[in-house]
Amino acid sequence: MHEPRGPFIATTAHGRAAGGAAHADVRSYLTGFLLSAVLTFIPFALVMSGTAPAATVIPICVALGVAQIIVHLVYFLHMDGSSGQTWNTAAFVFTFVVVAILVAGSLWVMYHLDTNMMPGMMPTG
Amino acid sequence: MTGGMMGKLSMDAIPLHQPIIMGAVGLMVVGGLGLVALITYFGFWRALWFDWMTSVDHKKIGIMYIVLALVMLLRGFADAIMMRTQQALASTGGAGYLPPEHFDQVFTAHGVIMIFFMAMPFIVGLMNIAMPLQIGARDVAFPYLNNLSFWLTAVGALLVNVSLGVGEFARTGWLAYPPLSEIAYSPGVGVDYYIWALQIAGIGTLLSGVNMITTILSMRAPGMTLMRMPIFSWTALCANMLIVAAFPILTATLAMLSLDRYLGMHFFTNDAGGNPMMYINLIWAWGHPEVYILILPCFGVFSEVIATFSGKPLFGYKSMVYATICITILSFVVWLHHFFTMGSGADVNAFFGITTMIISIPTGAKIFNWLFTMYRGRVRFTTPVLWTIGFMITFTIGGMTGVLMAVPPADYVLHNSLFLVAHFHNAIIGGVVFGCMAGFSYWFPKAFGFTLDERLGKISFWCWFVGFYIAFMPLYVLGLMGMTRRLDHLDNPVWHAYLVVAMCGALLIACGIAAQLAQIALSIRNRAALRDLTGDPWNGRTLEWAVASPPPPYNFARTPVVTTRDAYWEMKRRGVAHRPFAAYRPIHMPRNTGTGVLISGCAALMGFALIWHIWWLAIISFAAAISLAIIHSFDEDRDYYVSSDEVARDEDRYFEQLGSQA
Repeated sequence: MHEPRGPFIATTAHGRAAGGAAHADVRSYLTGFLLSAVLTFIPFALVMSGTAPAATVIPICVALGVAQIIVHLVYFLHMDGSSGQTWNTAAFVFTFVVVAILVAGSLWVMYHLDTNMMPGMMPTG
Repeated sequence: MTGGMMGKLSMDAIPLHQPIIMGAVGLMVVGGLGLVALITYFGFWRALWFDWMTSVDHKKIGIMYIVLALVMLLRGFADAIMMRTQQALASTGGAGYLPPEHFDQVFTAHGVIMIFFMAMPFIVGLMNIAMPLQIGARDVAFPYLNNLSFWLTAVGALLVNVSLGVGEFARTGWLAYPPLSEIAYSPGVGVDYYIWALQIAGIGTLLSGVNMITTILSMRAPGMTLMRMPIFSWTALCANMLIVAAFPILTATLAMLSLDRYLGMHFFTNDAGGNPMMYINLIWAWGHPEVYILILPCFGVFSEVIATFSGKPLFGYKSMVYATICITILSFVVWLHHFFTMGSGADVNAFFGITTMIISIPTGAKIFNWLFTMYRGRVRFTTPVLWTIGFMITFTIGGMTGVLMAVPPADYVLHNSLFLVAHFHNAIIGGVVFGCMAGFSYWFPKAFGFTLDERLGKISFWCWFVGFYIAFMPLYVLGLMGMTRRLDHLDNPVWHAYLVVAMCGALLIACGIAAQLAQIALSIRNRAALRDLTGDPWNGRTLEWAVASPPPPYNFARTPVVTTRDAYWEMKRRGVAHRPFAAYRPIHMPRNTGTGVLISGCAALMGFALIWHIWWLAIISFAAAISLAIIHSFDEDRDYYVSSDEVARDEDRYFEQLGSQA
């Protein structure tokens, strides 16, 4: 929290501050940073080296991307199951629903568009 | 000069040979200099900087948002009048007065300005003014961030207007579809102006969304459970959740377009594996929630207005809340209806057609709630109520034409026709503009301490209302006849007659806007007679009316305790409203800061530099913006206490005013 600790935060409806979960120490930030760097480096190296076929590289990149999201949530946003905060959970569920709709919907829409409108132009392999 | 210190920028960028543009630029420069002269003459610079530009008070920031929105309404409306006159003049074979490349910029600027820099600031402004007061809070959760959000939005508006005099604006339509917006087909700086104006303003909007959600979730007065919260605050919560969920999609999509344009990548190009259809898919995944970001708070305004002026609690409060939540979720599953004709096939189109029809159900439920609120109420036909009734009629028609186009086969006939243009203006003018105007006249006395002139307000409403129908009903007919949108000239005497009628409608709306400006001017002149001494000019129901107009900087001398819905109405009923306190405590408040203005100034320079490829300036201004933010984070001296004597003085004055009214 970089805002003044005055009544703006303190006088909350249910007596809790807006920050949410507990703050972590430098160690956890460093762990998060290292994990993020590794999870960025691997897909980058895979793509740039060009050794593996696209069909292998793409799923690996997606999986490492998801892992990256989790690392950010745990080490930078300090989310865990125990914080017991209804609004954190609700916000997370809402985000998850929206992201799921958008990713699944876009894949569905784009698959049909590519099949109908661009036959023979899809990259293969 | 290309490649030099100034990137692509040279004297050629100023369109000296185009009399219309130079006339408009001249007008803006003269107007701006006039404003500077006036401020200097009245010695207003100090107050402007210390009381307004650097203010972290949510009410003042709200006012600044609405001033921005009204100025941009004039600019966007000037574009609208130009289009309507061009089409009326150039529909019998003539060329009109706007060359195609200029007409294309005009319709793009009109859409961008009206959505991003008129409707959005207006809505965010209303939320800023009313929401913290409604929930009994002292300010928003992050006051400094609020100031920064406003200035980032203003920078976006500034960049769009700079494009008029330096360079050009996009010629692509308001969503800048590729491949047209790619560097191969739009090599000029127009699309770059578009990208950076929206990126910078978009960050402001996103930060504001985070701020508002935090405020609503953690700063409600004791006892104000979510189900006791005024409907406007509920709609603000849902709209801001949509902002936080949807705006990152816009940012990412525009970032990919920038990578295509600046670094030669191929996300959306025709060749090298790019796919322009992906852009259209993504931009509408943001674009459709955006429609509801704009309309939900307006639904909230209408709910407050209709309950207050009917003297009754809102009919179906809970159904209103659940309808709002349903719309929030459903708004994410309808985006494909904007591109049925792109060819996803029957099953995909059918799915999105049906979801589109479903989303009209909660909206319809709301219409009935408002009607039943009025039923057997003592409705006072004030200006805000006229806007609300005008909305109920107009928006229902717009909704029905929308459901019509939700049928994919019908959409194949109507897509990109003037029928579509008429439909979304029907929904946006009838819904968002009428909602903004209703909120403006409803909360104006709260923000400024005097009511607006009713007679001119009603004249303005009738001009807008009738003008809307005369301007847009012909477009429905033209659309059914097959006229497509964005035509700069054509040769069809049958269509010509309709276009002339539509132009007359636009002129009538111009009279409505003129009446509004006259209303503001006249009300300022007569402010002594129009003063709102009680803080409650409409016999209101919610907490914003429980304090003086305008409210003191700290809003509530003591945080109210809420026991029911319509908290202030209940206090008045029990006779406990406006009870002076025996003693006051000092109030902890945030200090004003100029950091938001400075960071936004750097963002403006950075945007301009990126548009013109002046790389050194872009790097320096970006570094400066980040440094300013970091330096500000070390500033510990950012709060102060309003002493209990000062609070007592403010409150005594208010109670004196109340006494003089009793």
